[in-house]
Amino acid sequence: MGSKTNDAKFKSMSRRELLKLTPVLALGAFAIPKFRDPLLKKGLGFSDWVSEKLFREGHMAPTFADADVTPFDKFPINDYDVDDPGVDFDKWTLSVSGLVQKPGEYKLEQVQALPKVRQNTQHVCVEGWNVVGSFAGTKLSDFLQAIGADTSAKFVYVECADDYYESLDMATALHPQTLLCYEMYDKPLTREHGAPLRLTVPTKIGYKQAKYLTDLKVTNVLQKVGYWEDQGYSSYYGL
Amino acid sequence: MSEAVVLEIESFDADEMPAVYEHPWAVRFCHWVNTVALFVMVFSGLQIFRAFPSFGAKIPQKDLLNWPKAFALGGWLGGGLQWHLTFVWIYVATGLFYVGYQVFSGNYRQVLFMPRDIPGVWPMVRHYFLFGPKPPQREVYNPLQKLAYTSAIGLGILSVITGVAVWKPVQFSWLTALLGGFQWARIWHFAVMWAILFFIFGHLVMVILHGWNNFVSMLTGWKKDPDYAPR
Repeated sequence: MGSKTNDAKFKSMSRRELLKLTPVLALGAFAIPKFRDPLLKKGLGFSDWVSEKLFREGHMAPTFADADVTPFDKFPINDYDVDDPGVDFDKWTLSVSGLVQKPGEYKLEQVQALPKVRQNTQHVCVEGWNVVGSFAGTKLSDFLQAIGADTSAKFVYVECADDYYESLDMATALHPQTLLCYEMYDKPLTREHGAPLRLTVPTKIGYKQAKYLTDLKVTNVLQKVGYWEDQGYSSYYGL
Repeated sequence: MSEAVVLEIESFDADEMPAVYEHPWAVRFCHWVNTVALFVMVFSGLQIFRAFPSFGAKIPQKDLLNWPKAFALGGWLGGGLQWHLTFVWIYVATGLFYVGYQVFSGNYRQVLFMPRDIPGVWPMVRHYFLFGPKPPQREVYNPLQKLAYTSAIGLGILSVITGVAVWKPVQFSWLTALLGGFQWARIWHFAVMWAILFFIFGHLVMVILHGWNNFVSMLTGWKKDPDYAPR
Protein backbone atom coordinates (compact mmCIF):
# COMPACT_ATOMS: atom_id res chain seq x y z
CA MET A 1 0.00 0.00 0.00
CA GLY A 2 1.07 3.52 -0.67
CA SER A 3 1.80 6.10 1.92
CA LYS A 4 -0.87 8.67 2.75
CA THR A 5 0.78 11.35 0.68
CA ASN A 6 0.96 9.11 -2.30
CA ASP A 7 -2.55 7.96 -1.80
CA ALA A 8 -3.73 11.56 -1.81
CA LYS A 9 -1.80 12.31 -4.95
CA PHE A 10 -3.26 9.26 -6.65
CA LYS A 11 -6.73 10.29 -5.61
CA SER A 12 -6.35 13.82 -6.91
CA MET A 13 -5.03 12.57 -10.26
CA SER A 14 -7.88 10.10 -10.46
CA ARG A 15 -10.46 12.74 -9.61
CA ARG A 16 -9.11 15.10 -12.26
CA GLU A 17 -9.25 12.39 -14.90
CA LEU A 18 -12.73 11.35 -13.85
CA LEU A 19 -13.97 14.94 -14.18
CA LYS A 20 -12.73 15.01 -17.76
CA LEU A 21 -15.34 12.38 -18.55
CA THR A 22 -18.26 14.61 -17.56
CA PRO A 23 -19.14 15.36 -21.24
CA VAL A 24 -20.45 11.78 -21.40
CA LEU A 25 -23.24 12.87 -19.04
CA ALA A 26 -24.65 15.05 -21.84
CA LEU A 27 -26.22 11.84 -23.17
CA GLY A 28 -28.44 11.99 -20.10
CA ALA A 29 -30.47 14.62 -21.96
CA PHE A 30 -32.09 11.69 -23.77
CA ALA A 31 -33.46 10.50 -20.44
CA ILE A 32 -35.32 13.77 -19.85
CA PRO A 33 -38.74 13.68 -21.56
CA LYS A 34 -38.68 17.42 -22.33
CA PHE A 35 -35.48 17.08 -24.35
CA ARG A 36 -35.91 13.56 -25.65
CA ASP A 37 -38.47 14.12 -28.40
CA PRO A 38 -36.81 17.21 -29.92
CA LEU A 39 -33.44 15.41 -29.84
CA LEU A 40 -34.82 12.31 -31.53
CA LYS A 41 -36.51 14.49 -34.11
CA LYS A 42 -33.16 16.16 -34.79
CA GLY A 43 -31.47 12.76 -35.03
CA LEU A 44 -34.04 11.42 -37.48
CA GLY A 45 -33.81 14.67 -39.43
CA PHE A 46 -30.04 14.26 -39.65
CA SER A 47 -30.52 10.71 -40.94
CA ASP A 48 -32.90 12.05 -43.59
CA TRP A 49 -30.38 14.71 -44.56
CA VAL A 50 -27.72 12.02 -45.03
CA SER A 51 -30.24 9.94 -47.00
CA GLU A 52 -30.93 12.84 -49.32
CA LYS A 53 -27.18 13.35 -49.88
CA LEU A 54 -26.77 9.66 -50.72
CA PHE A 55 -29.53 9.77 -53.36
CA ARG A 56 -28.18 9.69 -56.91
CA GLU A 57 -30.64 10.54 -59.66
CA GLY A 58 -28.90 8.28 -62.17
CA HIS A 59 -28.65 5.30 -59.84
CA MET A 60 -31.27 2.64 -60.51
CA ALA A 61 -32.83 0.39 -57.93
CA PRO A 62 -32.08 -3.28 -58.69
CA THR A 63 -34.45 -4.86 -61.19
CA PHE A 64 -35.27 -8.54 -61.30
CA ALA A 65 -36.00 -11.23 -63.86
CA ASP A 66 -39.61 -12.39 -64.17
CA ALA A 67 -38.55 -15.70 -62.61
CA ASP A 68 -37.49 -13.88 -59.41
CA VAL A 69 -40.74 -12.01 -58.92
CA THR A 70 -42.70 -12.90 -55.78
CA PRO A 71 -45.94 -14.69 -56.76
CA PHE A 72 -48.92 -12.33 -56.83
CA ASP A 73 -50.73 -14.09 -53.98
CA LYS A 74 -47.62 -13.72 -51.78
CA PHE A 75 -47.48 -9.95 -52.32
CA PRO A 76 -48.74 -8.54 -49.01
CA ILE A 77 -51.62 -6.10 -48.88
CA ASN A 78 -50.89 -3.44 -46.29
CA ASP A 79 -53.41 -0.79 -45.42
CA TYR A 80 -53.86 1.55 -42.57
CA ASP A 81 -57.61 1.50 -42.89
CA VAL A 82 -59.52 -0.54 -45.49
CA ASP A 83 -58.40 -2.89 -48.27
CA ASP A 84 -60.88 -1.33 -50.64
CA PRO A 85 -62.03 2.27 -50.22
CA GLY A 86 -64.72 1.68 -52.87
CA VAL A 87 -63.49 3.89 -55.69
CA ASP A 88 -66.09 4.44 -58.44
CA PHE A 89 -63.92 3.73 -61.51
CA ASP A 90 -66.39 5.39 -63.93
CA LYS A 91 -66.24 8.71 -62.14
CA TRP A 92 -62.59 8.52 -61.05
CA THR A 93 -60.21 11.28 -62.06
CA LEU A 94 -56.86 12.45 -60.78
CA SER A 95 -57.18 16.04 -59.60
CA VAL A 96 -54.03 17.94 -60.49
CA SER A 97 -53.24 21.23 -58.80
CA GLY A 98 -50.46 23.45 -57.55
CA LEU A 99 -47.48 24.67 -59.52
CA VAL A 100 -48.59 23.27 -62.90
CA GLN A 101 -49.54 24.91 -66.18
CA LYS A 102 -52.45 22.52 -66.83
CA PRO A 103 -54.31 21.84 -63.61
CA GLY A 104 -57.59 19.95 -63.69
CA GLU A 105 -59.18 16.53 -63.72
CA TYR A 106 -57.20 13.81 -65.54
CA LYS A 107 -58.77 10.57 -66.68
CA LEU A 108 -56.95 7.24 -66.41
CA GLU A 109 -56.78 7.05 -70.25
CA GLN A 110 -54.82 10.31 -70.27
CA VAL A 111 -52.26 8.82 -67.89
CA GLN A 112 -52.14 5.60 -69.92
CA ALA A 113 -51.67 7.52 -73.17
CA LEU A 114 -48.13 8.35 -72.06
CA PRO A 115 -45.33 5.78 -72.65
CA LYS A 116 -45.72 2.63 -70.57
CA VAL A 117 -42.87 1.30 -68.45
CA ARG A 118 -42.79 -2.19 -66.97
CA GLN A 119 -40.34 -3.05 -64.18
CA ASN A 120 -39.75 -5.79 -61.62
CA THR A 121 -38.57 -4.00 -58.52
CA GLN A 122 -38.31 -4.56 -54.82
CA HIS A 123 -40.84 -3.27 -52.34
CA VAL A 124 -39.26 -2.87 -48.90
CA CYS A 125 -41.56 -2.38 -45.92
CA VAL A 126 -40.46 -0.36 -42.90
CA GLU A 127 -41.46 -3.40 -40.82
CA GLY A 128 -38.60 -5.36 -42.37
CA TRP A 129 -40.12 -7.56 -45.07
CA ASN A 130 -39.55 -7.22 -48.79
CA VAL A 131 -41.10 -8.57 -51.96
CA VAL A 132 -40.22 -8.29 -55.62
CA GLY A 133 -43.23 -7.13 -57.58
CA SER A 134 -44.05 -6.62 -61.22
CA PHE A 135 -45.28 -3.10 -61.87
CA ALA A 136 -46.24 -1.17 -64.98
CA GLY A 137 -47.33 2.39 -65.51
CA THR A 138 -46.36 5.87 -66.58
CA LYS A 139 -43.20 7.53 -65.40
CA LEU A 140 -44.22 10.22 -62.96
CA SER A 141 -41.63 12.46 -64.65
CA ASP A 142 -43.47 12.06 -67.99
CA PHE A 143 -46.76 12.92 -66.35
CA LEU A 144 -45.25 15.94 -64.59
CA GLN A 145 -43.99 17.13 -67.97
CA ALA A 146 -47.43 16.55 -69.54
CA ILE A 147 -49.16 18.68 -66.91
CA GLY A 148 -46.53 21.39 -67.23
CA ALA A 149 -45.28 21.00 -63.68
CA ASP A 150 -42.69 23.37 -62.30
CA THR A 151 -40.00 20.77 -61.58
CA SER A 152 -37.99 23.29 -59.62
CA ALA A 153 -40.70 22.99 -56.95
CA LYS A 154 -39.73 20.95 -53.92
CA PHE A 155 -42.45 18.35 -53.56
CA VAL A 156 -45.12 16.25 -55.21
CA TYR A 157 -47.94 15.66 -52.76
CA VAL A 158 -50.67 13.06 -53.27
CA GLU A 159 -53.94 12.23 -51.58
CA CYS A 160 -55.78 8.93 -51.70
CA ALA A 161 -59.33 7.62 -51.69
CA ASP A 162 -58.84 6.19 -48.21
CA ASP A 163 -57.64 9.52 -46.77
CA TYR A 164 -54.06 8.34 -46.86
CA TYR A 165 -51.64 11.00 -48.08
CA GLU A 166 -47.99 11.08 -49.06
CA SER A 167 -45.28 13.30 -50.47
CA LEU A 168 -42.14 12.86 -52.52
CA ASP A 169 -39.19 15.19 -52.88
CA MET A 170 -38.90 16.39 -56.48
CA ALA A 171 -35.63 14.52 -57.17
CA THR A 172 -37.36 11.24 -56.31
CA ALA A 173 -40.49 12.20 -58.24
CA LEU A 174 -38.35 12.73 -61.34
CA HIS A 175 -36.43 9.45 -60.91
CA PRO A 176 -37.01 7.25 -63.98
CA GLN A 177 -38.24 4.31 -61.88
CA THR A 178 -40.88 6.36 -60.06
CA LEU A 179 -44.18 5.33 -61.67
CA LEU A 180 -47.82 6.22 -61.65
CA CYS A 181 -48.63 2.53 -61.67
CA TYR A 182 -51.85 1.12 -63.14
CA GLU A 183 -50.81 -2.51 -63.67
CA MET A 184 -49.30 -5.17 -61.43
CA TYR A 185 -48.33 -8.57 -62.78
CA ASP A 186 -49.47 -7.49 -66.27
CA LYS A 187 -53.07 -7.03 -65.12
CA PRO A 188 -54.96 -3.88 -64.19
CA LEU A 189 -54.41 -3.02 -60.54
CA THR A 190 -56.75 -4.85 -58.21
CA ARG A 191 -58.67 -2.77 -55.67
CA GLU A 192 -56.55 -4.11 -52.77
CA HIS A 193 -53.37 -3.01 -54.52
CA GLY A 194 -54.61 0.52 -55.14
CA ALA A 195 -56.79 0.62 -58.26
CA PRO A 196 -57.04 2.52 -60.41
CA LEU A 197 -53.73 4.33 -59.86
CA ARG A 198 -50.93 4.05 -57.28
CA LEU A 199 -47.35 5.13 -56.81
CA THR A 200 -44.41 2.79 -57.29
CA VAL A 201 -41.19 4.28 -55.94
CA PRO A 202 -38.42 1.64 -55.77
CA THR A 203 -35.98 4.15 -54.26
CA LYS A 204 -38.27 4.69 -51.25
CA ILE A 205 -39.61 2.71 -48.32
CA GLY A 206 -42.99 0.96 -48.67
CA TYR A 207 -45.20 3.55 -47.00
CA LYS A 208 -44.33 6.03 -49.74
CA GLN A 209 -46.04 3.78 -52.34
CA ALA A 210 -49.47 5.39 -51.92
CA LYS A 211 -52.51 3.59 -53.37
CA TYR A 212 -55.92 4.71 -54.77
CA LEU A 213 -54.58 8.13 -55.79
CA THR A 214 -57.14 10.89 -56.16
CA ASP A 215 -55.17 14.13 -55.96
CA LEU A 216 -51.74 15.25 -57.05
CA LYS A 217 -50.25 18.60 -56.15
CA VAL A 218 -46.92 20.18 -57.05
CA THR A 219 -45.83 22.44 -54.24
CA ASN A 220 -43.00 24.09 -52.36
CA VAL A 221 -44.72 23.86 -49.01
CA LEU A 222 -46.08 20.76 -47.32
CA GLN A 223 -48.87 21.25 -44.81
CA LYS A 224 -48.59 17.54 -44.08
CA VAL A 225 -45.77 15.18 -45.07
CA GLY A 226 -47.46 11.79 -45.02
CA TYR A 227 -49.77 9.61 -43.00
CA TRP A 228 -46.99 7.72 -41.22
CA GLU A 229 -44.42 10.50 -41.36
CA ASP A 230 -46.71 12.79 -39.39
CA GLN A 231 -46.80 10.16 -36.64
CA GLY A 232 -43.03 10.07 -36.31
CA TYR A 233 -41.63 8.01 -39.18
CA SER A 234 -38.85 9.31 -41.38
CA SER A 235 -40.05 11.97 -43.84
CA TYR A 236 -37.53 11.07 -46.51
CA TYR A 237 -36.84 7.35 -46.03
CA GLY A 238 -34.85 6.76 -49.20
CA LEU A 239 -33.55 3.26 -49.65
CA MET B 1 2.95 5.68 -26.93
CA SER B 2 2.96 1.95 -27.15
CA GLU B 3 3.51 1.08 -23.53
CA ALA B 4 1.45 2.21 -20.62
CA VAL B 5 2.88 5.20 -18.87
CA VAL B 6 4.27 4.13 -15.55
CA LEU B 7 4.37 6.67 -12.85
CA GLU B 8 6.38 6.10 -9.77
CA ILE B 9 5.22 8.53 -7.22
CA GLU B 10 8.07 9.87 -5.07
CA SER B 11 10.35 7.16 -6.18
CA PHE B 12 12.56 7.19 -3.10
CA ASP B 13 9.71 6.68 -0.72
CA ALA B 14 9.73 3.24 0.79
CA ASP B 15 5.93 3.23 0.77
CA GLU B 16 5.70 4.10 -2.90
CA MET B 17 2.60 2.91 -4.61
CA PRO B 18 2.91 1.76 -8.20
CA ALA B 19 0.26 3.15 -10.50
CA VAL B 20 -0.17 2.91 -14.23
CA TYR B 21 -1.96 5.25 -16.61
CA GLU B 22 -3.68 2.62 -18.73
CA HIS B 23 -6.44 4.32 -20.65
CA PRO B 24 -6.05 7.72 -22.34
CA TRP B 25 -9.00 10.08 -22.20
CA ALA B 26 -10.09 9.41 -25.78
CA VAL B 27 -10.37 5.69 -25.09
CA ARG B 28 -12.34 6.17 -21.89
CA PHE B 29 -14.63 8.77 -23.46
CA CYS B 30 -15.38 6.52 -26.45
CA HIS B 31 -15.84 3.52 -24.18
CA TRP B 32 -18.58 5.13 -22.11
CA VAL B 33 -20.34 6.96 -24.92
CA ASN B 34 -20.36 3.71 -26.85
CA THR B 35 -21.67 1.84 -23.84
CA VAL B 36 -24.75 4.07 -23.92
CA ALA B 37 -24.97 4.05 -27.72
CA LEU B 38 -24.72 0.25 -27.93
CA PHE B 39 -27.39 -0.13 -25.27
CA VAL B 40 -29.71 2.12 -27.28
CA MET B 41 -28.85 0.44 -30.59
CA VAL B 42 -29.52 -3.05 -29.24
CA PHE B 43 -32.82 -2.31 -27.54
CA SER B 44 -34.18 -0.02 -30.25
CA GLY B 45 -33.02 -2.60 -32.79
CA LEU B 46 -35.02 -5.25 -30.99
CA GLN B 47 -38.02 -2.90 -31.10
CA ILE B 48 -37.61 -2.64 -34.89
CA PHE B 49 -37.24 -6.41 -35.08
CA ARG B 50 -40.54 -6.86 -33.21
CA ALA B 51 -42.40 -5.36 -36.19
CA PHE B 52 -41.46 -8.37 -38.33
CA PRO B 53 -39.72 -10.96 -36.12
CA SER B 54 -38.96 -13.16 -39.07
CA PHE B 55 -36.48 -13.55 -41.91
CA GLY B 56 -38.11 -14.37 -45.20
CA ALA B 57 -41.55 -14.03 -46.73
CA LYS B 58 -44.33 -11.96 -45.22
CA ILE B 59 -46.79 -14.55 -46.52
CA PRO B 60 -46.72 -16.97 -44.80
CA GLN B 61 -44.89 -15.34 -41.91
CA LYS B 62 -43.06 -17.56 -39.46
CA ASP B 63 -42.11 -15.68 -36.33
CA LEU B 64 -38.66 -16.48 -35.06
CA LEU B 65 -38.78 -14.85 -31.67
CA ASN B 66 -41.37 -12.81 -29.83
CA TRP B 67 -39.22 -10.30 -28.04
CA PRO B 68 -41.12 -8.78 -25.07
CA LYS B 69 -42.10 -5.16 -25.47
CA ALA B 70 -40.83 -4.38 -21.97
CA PHE B 71 -37.29 -5.13 -23.16
CA ALA B 72 -37.46 -2.92 -26.21
CA LEU B 73 -36.79 0.80 -26.53
CA GLY B 74 -38.99 3.37 -28.23
CA GLY B 75 -42.48 2.04 -27.47
CA TRP B 76 -43.39 1.32 -31.09
CA LEU B 77 -41.73 0.78 -34.47
CA GLY B 78 -41.58 4.50 -35.30
CA GLY B 79 -40.08 5.26 -31.89
CA GLY B 80 -37.56 2.45 -32.21
CA LEU B 81 -36.47 3.82 -35.58
CA GLN B 82 -36.08 7.31 -34.12
CA TRP B 83 -33.73 6.03 -31.42
CA HIS B 84 -31.87 3.76 -33.82
CA LEU B 85 -31.38 6.39 -36.53
CA THR B 86 -30.32 8.99 -33.95
CA PHE B 87 -27.86 6.94 -31.92
CA VAL B 88 -26.31 5.33 -34.97
CA TRP B 89 -24.56 8.66 -35.61
CA ILE B 90 -23.23 8.81 -32.05
CA TYR B 91 -22.13 5.17 -32.40
CA VAL B 92 -20.40 5.81 -35.74
CA ALA B 93 -18.84 9.10 -34.62
CA THR B 94 -17.28 7.63 -31.47
CA GLY B 95 -16.22 4.56 -33.44
CA LEU B 96 -14.41 6.70 -36.00
CA PHE B 97 -12.91 8.90 -33.29
CA TYR B 98 -11.74 5.83 -31.37
CA VAL B 99 -10.15 4.10 -34.37
CA GLY B 100 -8.63 7.36 -35.58
CA TYR B 101 -7.17 8.07 -32.15
CA GLN B 102 -5.73 4.56 -31.80
CA VAL B 103 -4.09 4.71 -35.22
CA PHE B 104 -2.64 8.21 -35.01
CA SER B 105 -1.51 8.05 -31.39
CA GLY B 106 0.04 4.61 -31.80
CA ASN B 107 -1.98 3.48 -28.79
CA TYR B 108 -3.40 0.70 -30.96
CA ARG B 109 -0.36 -1.41 -30.03
CA GLN B 110 -1.90 -1.79 -26.58
CA VAL B 111 -5.03 -3.44 -27.95
CA LEU B 112 -4.51 -4.70 -31.49
CA PHE B 113 -4.21 -8.48 -31.68
CA MET B 114 -1.11 -9.37 -33.73
CA PRO B 115 0.31 -12.69 -34.94
CA ARG B 116 2.87 -12.57 -32.15
CA ASP B 117 0.01 -12.72 -29.63
CA ILE B 118 -1.23 -16.06 -30.96
CA PRO B 119 0.99 -18.30 -28.77
CA GLY B 120 -0.23 -16.51 -25.66
CA VAL B 121 -3.94 -17.15 -26.25
CA TRP B 122 -4.10 -20.78 -25.20
CA PRO B 123 -2.31 -20.31 -21.84
CA MET B 124 -4.81 -17.55 -20.97
CA VAL B 125 -7.79 -19.71 -21.97
CA ARG B 126 -6.36 -22.52 -19.84
CA HIS B 127 -5.94 -20.11 -16.95
CA TYR B 128 -9.45 -18.64 -17.17
CA PHE B 129 -11.48 -21.73 -17.99
CA LEU B 130 -9.41 -24.75 -16.94
CA PHE B 131 -7.78 -23.54 -13.71
CA GLY B 132 -4.36 -23.44 -15.36
CA PRO B 133 -1.51 -21.38 -13.94
CA LYS B 134 -1.61 -17.65 -14.59
CA PRO B 135 0.84 -16.77 -17.35
CA PRO B 136 3.19 -13.88 -16.54
CA GLN B 137 1.89 -10.58 -17.87
CA ARG B 138 3.99 -7.61 -18.93
CA GLU B 139 1.48 -5.54 -20.85
CA VAL B 140 -1.81 -3.82 -20.08
CA TYR B 141 -3.73 -6.44 -22.05
CA ASN B 142 -2.98 -10.14 -22.23
CA PRO B 143 -3.21 -11.90 -25.62
CA LEU B 144 -6.75 -13.17 -24.98
CA GLN B 145 -7.91 -9.67 -24.06
CA LYS B 146 -6.35 -8.29 -27.24
CA LEU B 147 -8.14 -10.95 -29.25
CA ALA B 148 -11.46 -10.13 -27.58
CA TYR B 149 -11.14 -6.34 -27.94
CA THR B 150 -9.88 -6.52 -31.50
CA SER B 151 -12.81 -8.79 -32.37
CA ALA B 152 -15.22 -6.39 -30.69
CA ILE B 153 -13.92 -3.52 -32.82
CA GLY B 154 -14.30 -5.73 -35.89
CA LEU B 155 -17.88 -6.54 -34.85
CA GLY B 156 -18.58 -2.83 -34.41
CA ILE B 157 -17.45 -2.20 -37.97
CA LEU B 158 -19.53 -5.15 -39.22
CA SER B 159 -22.59 -3.86 -37.38
CA VAL B 160 -22.34 -0.61 -39.33
CA ILE B 161 -21.67 -2.29 -42.69
CA THR B 162 -24.60 -4.70 -42.30
CA GLY B 163 -26.76 -1.84 -41.03
CA VAL B 164 -26.02 0.22 -44.13
CA ALA B 165 -27.08 -2.75 -46.28
CA VAL B 166 -30.44 -2.85 -44.48
CA TRP B 167 -30.92 0.93 -44.42
CA LYS B 168 -29.82 1.63 -48.02
CA PRO B 169 -30.54 -1.45 -50.18
CA VAL B 170 -30.85 0.78 -53.26
CA GLN B 171 -28.01 3.31 -52.98
CA PHE B 172 -25.72 0.54 -51.66
CA SER B 173 -27.37 -2.23 -53.68
CA TRP B 174 -23.95 -3.82 -54.33
CA LEU B 175 -23.41 -4.19 -50.59
CA THR B 176 -26.86 -5.65 -49.97
CA ALA B 177 -26.30 -8.05 -52.88
CA LEU B 178 -22.88 -8.99 -51.47
CA LEU B 179 -24.53 -9.97 -48.19
CA GLY B 180 -27.06 -12.11 -50.07
CA GLY B 181 -29.99 -9.72 -50.47
CA PHE B 182 -32.18 -7.68 -48.14
CA GLN B 183 -33.32 -10.51 -45.85
CA TRP B 184 -29.80 -11.88 -45.56
CA ALA B 185 -28.54 -8.40 -44.72
CA ARG B 186 -31.10 -8.35 -41.88
CA ILE B 187 -29.90 -11.77 -40.74
CA TRP B 188 -26.25 -10.64 -40.71
CA HIS B 189 -27.14 -7.44 -38.87
CA PHE B 190 -29.07 -9.47 -36.29
CA ALA B 191 -26.27 -12.04 -35.95
CA VAL B 192 -23.65 -9.32 -35.42
CA MET B 193 -25.80 -7.93 -32.61
CA TRP B 194 -25.80 -11.30 -30.83
CA ALA B 195 -22.06 -11.61 -31.31
CA ILE B 196 -21.61 -8.18 -29.71
CA LEU B 197 -23.90 -9.21 -26.84
CA PHE B 198 -21.81 -12.36 -26.38
CA PHE B 199 -18.68 -10.20 -26.17
CA ILE B 200 -20.33 -7.86 -23.67
CA PHE B 201 -21.36 -10.82 -21.51
CA GLY B 202 -17.81 -12.16 -21.40
CA HIS B 203 -16.45 -8.65 -20.88
CA LEU B 204 -18.71 -8.03 -17.88
CA VAL B 205 -17.83 -11.37 -16.30
CA MET B 206 -14.14 -10.55 -16.62
CA VAL B 207 -14.59 -7.04 -15.25
CA ILE B 208 -16.32 -8.45 -12.20
CA LEU B 209 -13.63 -11.10 -11.71
CA HIS B 210 -10.83 -8.57 -11.96
CA GLY B 211 -12.06 -6.33 -9.24
CA TRP B 212 -12.46 -2.70 -8.40
CA ASN B 213 -9.03 -1.22 -9.32
CA ASN B 214 -9.33 -2.64 -12.80
CA PHE B 215 -12.83 -1.25 -13.26
CA VAL B 216 -11.87 2.19 -11.95
CA SER B 217 -9.04 2.47 -14.46
CA MET B 218 -11.61 2.73 -17.28
CA LEU B 219 -13.06 5.76 -15.46
CA THR B 220 -9.89 7.53 -14.31
CA GLY B 221 -7.26 6.03 -16.58
CA TRP B 222 -5.15 5.19 -13.53
CA LYS B 223 -4.74 1.71 -12.18
CA LYS B 224 -3.47 1.25 -8.67
CA ASP B 225 -1.22 -1.73 -7.96
CA PRO B 226 -1.34 -3.28 -11.44
CA ASP B 227 -1.06 -7.03 -11.37
CA TYR B 228 1.56 -7.01 -14.10
CA ALA B 229 5.11 -5.85 -13.69
CA PRO B 230 5.42 -2.28 -14.93
CA ARG B 231 8.47 -1.71 -17.05
